[in-house]
Amino acid sequence: MSDIRIEKIDDFLWIIPRVGGMRVPGMIYSSRDMIGSIGADESPKQVANVAHLPGIIKYSMAMPDMHWGYGFPIGGVAAFDAADGIISPGGVGYDINCGVRLMTTKLHVEEIKNRIPDLVTALFRDIPTGVGSKGPLNLSAKEEKKVLLEGATWAVDHGYGSTDDLLSTEDEGKMGGADPDCVSDKALERGKQQLGTLGSGNHFLEIEVVEEIFDEAVARAFHLEVGQVAVAIHSGSRGFGYQVCDDYLARMMKTVGKLDFSLPDRQLACAYLRSNEGKEYLSAMACAANYAWTNRQMLMHWTRETLGRTLKKSPREMGARLLYDVCHNIAKMESFPIEGREKKVCVHRKGATRAFPPGHRALPEQYRTVGQPVLIPGDMGTGSYVLVGTEKAYRETFGSTCHGAGRVMSRSKAAKTTRGRSIGREMAERGVVVMATGKRTLSEEVPEAYKDIDKVVDVVHNAGLSRKVARLRAVGCIKG
Amino acid sequence: MERYRTFDHTADLGLEIYGRDERELFSNAAFALFDTITDIGGIAMREKRTVSVEGSDREDLLVNFMRELLSLFHIEGFLLRRFAVYELDDHSLSGEAEGEIFDPKKHGINTEIKAVTYHHVRITPTSDGFMGRVICDV
Repeated sequence: MSDIRIEKIDDFLWIIPRVGGMRVPGMIYSSRDMIGSIGADESPKQVANVAHLPGIIKYSMAMPDMHWGYGFPIGGVAAFDAADGIISPGGVGYDINCGVRLMTTKLHVEEIKNRIPDLVTALFRDIPTGVGSKGPLNLSAKEEKKVLLEGATWAVDHGYGSTDDLLSTEDEGKMGGADPDCVSDKALERGKQQLGTLGSGNHFLEIEVVEEIFDEAVARAFHLEVGQVAVAIHSGSRGFGYQVCDDYLARMMKTVGKLDFSLPDRQLACAYLRSNEGKEYLSAMACAANYAWTNRQMLMHWTRETLGRTLKKSPREMGARLLYDVCHNIAKMESFPIEGREKKVCVHRKGATRAFPPGHRALPEQYRTVGQPVLIPGDMGTGSYVLVGTEKAYRETFGSTCHGAGRVMSRSKAAKTTRGRSIGREMAERGVVVMATGKRTLSEEVPEAYKDIDKVVDVVHNAGLSRKVARLRAVGCIKG
Repeated sequence: MERYRTFDHTADLGLEIYGRDERELFSNAAFALFDTITDIGGIAMREKRTVSVEGSDREDLLVNFMRELLSLFHIEGFLLRRFAVYELDDHSLSGEAEGEIFDPKKHGINTEIKAVTYHHVRITPTSDGFMGRVICDV
């Protein structure tokens, strides 16, 4: 346990009181069950460190799935004043716009239950996965820059999906302010080869079945019903986003020493939003966000085709529809009511998901009366949750909630603990057909290496940061 | 002398690298990186790449050096078998990498290293040379 003082406020909220150079207090959403183990990896200290940064507003926050991250904890949320606040690549993460989308279908589990191995095999064949995998596109430099500027719109314009998909994507799959001139040649080179690939590690594409509905009215608005087949895609901006993060961390590491404040940790390297470094990072980050949305749009398009072809069903019979697409590693300029006035802030969500309430103008019309769909993937083969955004999150956490299960075991420890076990067979016994490219992926991603997704979701539900709508169970999964 | 060891760091991977002198420390850092990524014995020495990097101090230089080698792999699939240091001072390093281009049919990937971080990086003298510690995002 680190030397950070944590005080309980209620059953789901703990506070790190303001001490020393902290500009605001820290705030951790957790439960009696989970709070005991969170200190082990110094992530509470990271929550306190973030509170030192200039322009931070209200609190430095962490969600129940929090764990140690580079500079900012994963599961961290922090908003900075647009005029005198900072932006930090470590507050977004390496995999810029890592996120999740959920595509629902008209299929019922009974129709596919004997075909799951075929479907998983076909998806594994058609979707490029794993380290060093290349996408099928041979993008020219000019075309890649269009991807960076236009995001998912580029994919739809090139025949990957429809405009309906764009309406069901956070920010319609396109972040403004993107400028490819702020991106290094290295990032462009890495990006060119990897567009249209799933990636490795915790990324996955999963066939799921709606198992339980918690909120009938909202589920209806989201077109969800028990027994329905859906596909969850968890991926990000691949090597492109990593390179953008790496480039700007190195650059800000040099410039941050010249600023008028000192950092409690070098990894919090950042720049004022108003500075050239800050503006350029934001423009490069937007390029990576657009890359990731294009990528997920393409992956979904191929999934739709593969499922239809394998099951010999027409698009109409399949009824595949994008429920929503969320990003969970991002910094965004957004407005919130603060002390009675609308204020523009830069919200960092690193391993946290936007969860906007009913009525918010950023929501597509079809969801405006119920609130934003929030997608929370579990660990491999567990399934995922659909939640809905709330007014409380809007007022308390800059419209943010958790993002997933959160790791509790390192990859090498997971590989060690599972030595001699066949994880593929264990998953099959649980009713999940899994295929992976990497030799160690299955053992490194074994469910026990993650926090219990049910417990994480219960905290955000009970704390009022988002409400449970449905739980989906996995039946098939492909991984890198 | 052992070239390196790995250690755990939450979701990330730590490398503890040894060398009788600093030149050996840097070339062993290159070895550690690619021995973690793949089975380094399976990499042939077919191609060469000249590498030169700069840093504000020795630690910064070590991270920048490893980032540069990793980007050779990420961008063109270059897998390193051996690194020879030509020149090394407090702020710069130059040398030559030998290896070959990644071939999925021939080379297995054991661990994908996504980035080399500045987190808790340090180089310390030991009784028989130097030790470096670096944390990689995997």
